[in-house]
Amino acid sequence: MIRVIKTKEKSKKQQMMLRFAAFVLALCAGGLFLLILGNNPFAIYGTIISGAFRSEMAVQATVKIMIPLLITALGVTLAFKMRFWNIGGEGQLIMGGMFASYFALFHADWPGFVLFPVMFLAGILGGGIWALIPAFFKVRFGTNETLFTLMLNYIALYLVSWLQEGPWRDPGANGFPKIASFDKSAVLPKLFGVQIGWVIALVLVAILFVYLRYTKQGYEISVVGESRATANYAGMNVQKIILRTMFLSGAVAGIAGMVQVSGSDRTLSTGVAGGVGFTAIIVAWLARLNPISSMIIAFLFAVLEKGSSVVQSQYNLSTDCADVLQGIILFFVLGCEFFIRYKFVRDKKQAAPEGGK
Amino acid sequence: MKRFLSAVLAGMMALSLMAGCSSGGDETTNEPADTGDTTTTESTSEGLFPAVPKEELKVGVIHITDPAEGTGYTYTHDLGIQGMQKELGLDDSQIVRKNNVSDTDATAIRTALEECVEEGCQVIFATSWGYMDYVEEIAEEYPDVLFAHGTGNKSNGSNFINYFGKINQARYLSGIAAGMKTESNMIGYVAAQNNENGEVTSGIDAFAMGVESVNPDAKVYVKVTGAWFDPEGEGQAAKALIDMGCDVIAQHCDTANPATEAENAGVYAVGYNSDMAEKAPGATLTSVMWDWSVFYTKAVEDVINGTWTGENYFGSMQDGLVQLAPCSDLCAEGTAEKIQEVKDQILSGEWDIFDGKTEYEDNQGQTHTLKAEEYGTCNWYYKNVEVA
Repeated sequence: MIRVIKTKEKSKKQQMMLRFAAFVLALCAGGLFLLILGNNPFAIYGTIISGAFRSEMAVQATVKIMIPLLITALGVTLAFKMRFWNIGGEGQLIMGGMFASYFALFHADWPGFVLFPVMFLAGILGGGIWALIPAFFKVRFGTNETLFTLMLNYIALYLVSWLQEGPWRDPGANGFPKIASFDKSAVLPKLFGVQIGWVIALVLVAILFVYLRYTKQGYEISVVGESRATANYAGMNVQKIILRTMFLSGAVAGIAGMVQVSGSDRTLSTGVAGGVGFTAIIVAWLARLNPISSMIIAFLFAVLEKGSSVVQSQYNLSTDCADVLQGIILFFVLGCEFFIRYKFVRDKKQAAPEGGK
Repeated sequence: MKRFLSAVLAGMMALSLMAGCSSGGDETTNEPADTGDTTTTESTSEGLFPAVPKEELKVGVIHITDPAEGTGYTYTHDLGIQGMQKELGLDDSQIVRKNNVSDTDATAIRTALEECVEEGCQVIFATSWGYMDYVEEIAEEYPDVLFAHGTGNKSNGSNFINYFGKINQARYLSGIAAGMKTESNMIGYVAAQNNENGEVTSGIDAFAMGVESVNPDAKVYVKVTGAWFDPEGEGQAAKALIDMGCDVIAQHCDTANPATEAENAGVYAVGYNSDMAEKAPGATLTSVMWDWSVFYTKAVEDVINGTWTGENYFGSMQDGLVQLAPCSDLCAEGTAEKIQEVKDQILSGEWDIFDGKTEYEDNQGQTHTLKAEEYGTCNWYYKNVEVA
């Protein structure tokens, strides 16, 4: 029989080696896949990198993909630190975008210094409320937060569908269900050719890093995450901490939504999140819930996505193949996290003393 | 150590952005100067933009689905692109395709358009209606890149035009085939959009007029799916119409599902976009078709020759943009002859649909006139049309 057991803590160097090995293995497996399809893997990998960096516009596009991914990853990091399984980043992003869109659509005549802060707060509120709902039911009735947050994603998405088919439908669109583009006055400005959201993202990285590591609230989050009993014993108001942290978690995702609708899309559409809320979970985990590492991981994901789309058009590879490639890389990289913490052992007849620590 | 590394990387990223930006500024100023030379040497009379040497040309195409489907809207547009490519002798690497770009996903549409620009395309074709507003906005952001949007009603007279054609000529002719075939005198029509959309509505009217010209007793029953591309909904709408008693199913939507549904039920179909006899040979009477290569070839030639005028394109059966597939053996006797007779009138200019003068009675008892080019304003159904 083969059993899985926890291994001793590996040294930093060993961990890095394992991750590197996983990455190389992923490239090999992905290369094999490409080879079977009749492509030169080296050329394709080269195109992914060059596709993401080859020009000023390419870099800008890569950063643009990274913005919502990074901000949402920061959002879910807050919840995950507390071991609250917030799978609802997608829905919280959508709600943030939706709340902000209201002001962009109906109050675009407000001066920018009023409109943008209001949209920003609306984004915070939208995402925050959407995260507070499952948190409330969790502390009050002990509901399963994974399912609850997941389901709320779909509700948020269908709310957008409803808005674009009904109350917010663009009357100029000949009956096509879409929400009108925002007035230019409601579009976030650009800095260095990319919407200003990247600055917001970097500021949030700094804020979250400090918040989680150096503030009392950040400490409370870790304690609740480690053990609720301990937190109770230490006199912390666990319910309040859960509610507060989930609000913040959703609020940050809501900011991502606001930044996406106002900075990138210039409208609200059903594609506003487009899976970012789920990818953000992977980003947050790969970054081991560290805001600064999240930034790097989110950037790498953006490179992969931007590069794959160039591969798609350059090699006429279908978009699905690019997804498979991304999946293979993720499979290995995430898989290796398992081997960092666990190992397989073969059971001998006489139960050998294992893990005698 | 790790923290330090992260900080360095963050710094580098910020720097590279700044660097990228400033060098970008140079590039954009260089480009018009470079190409400006070629215009003076070629001295084209009316082109708004400098000629682009054929070897340096890159053409971007945004598709709502994947051409590999082998039938329907996207496939037809891509055949047009391939036809243009062959005609002009462009290399595969000169065509940048962005497939599966949903028309309701603002992020995806913008990303696809911007990627085409970033990959160096000088002209970009956006084939689906829902891309319109984004194309308009991006065209404003990149005034040196040419954008052509299929089926829309917006343009800026310069680097953003729309292209479409008198598809209603072929729709009228296909109505003849349906009107002569139906025995129940009930003809179904699967429509992507409701009567707020003039493209779909004028198409229904043209078809219904064709039906009426040979069979005044028949009625056309319309079922709306509400989406340009909805494989399941299109099939279901066709099925519902067949269950009502319709024995010919026509369509204005992206997939061949209404035709295959008709084949399964043992009734007949009028296809759209590509020849749907390929997908439903046991049901298809004829198909209303586009040959987009006519436009794509002209537009790309304009880019190469520096003769892009910024005018919208509205083609017809006369230029070959609009086509009707040959009548299949399933058609009623005499159909091909009748269609040929009217087609000859259209080609010779003796008669045309929607001439702007003829008065038509709608199903509410009011009268209207319509000019072919103003199809977008049509929001009334012809008198023999009923919404199912």
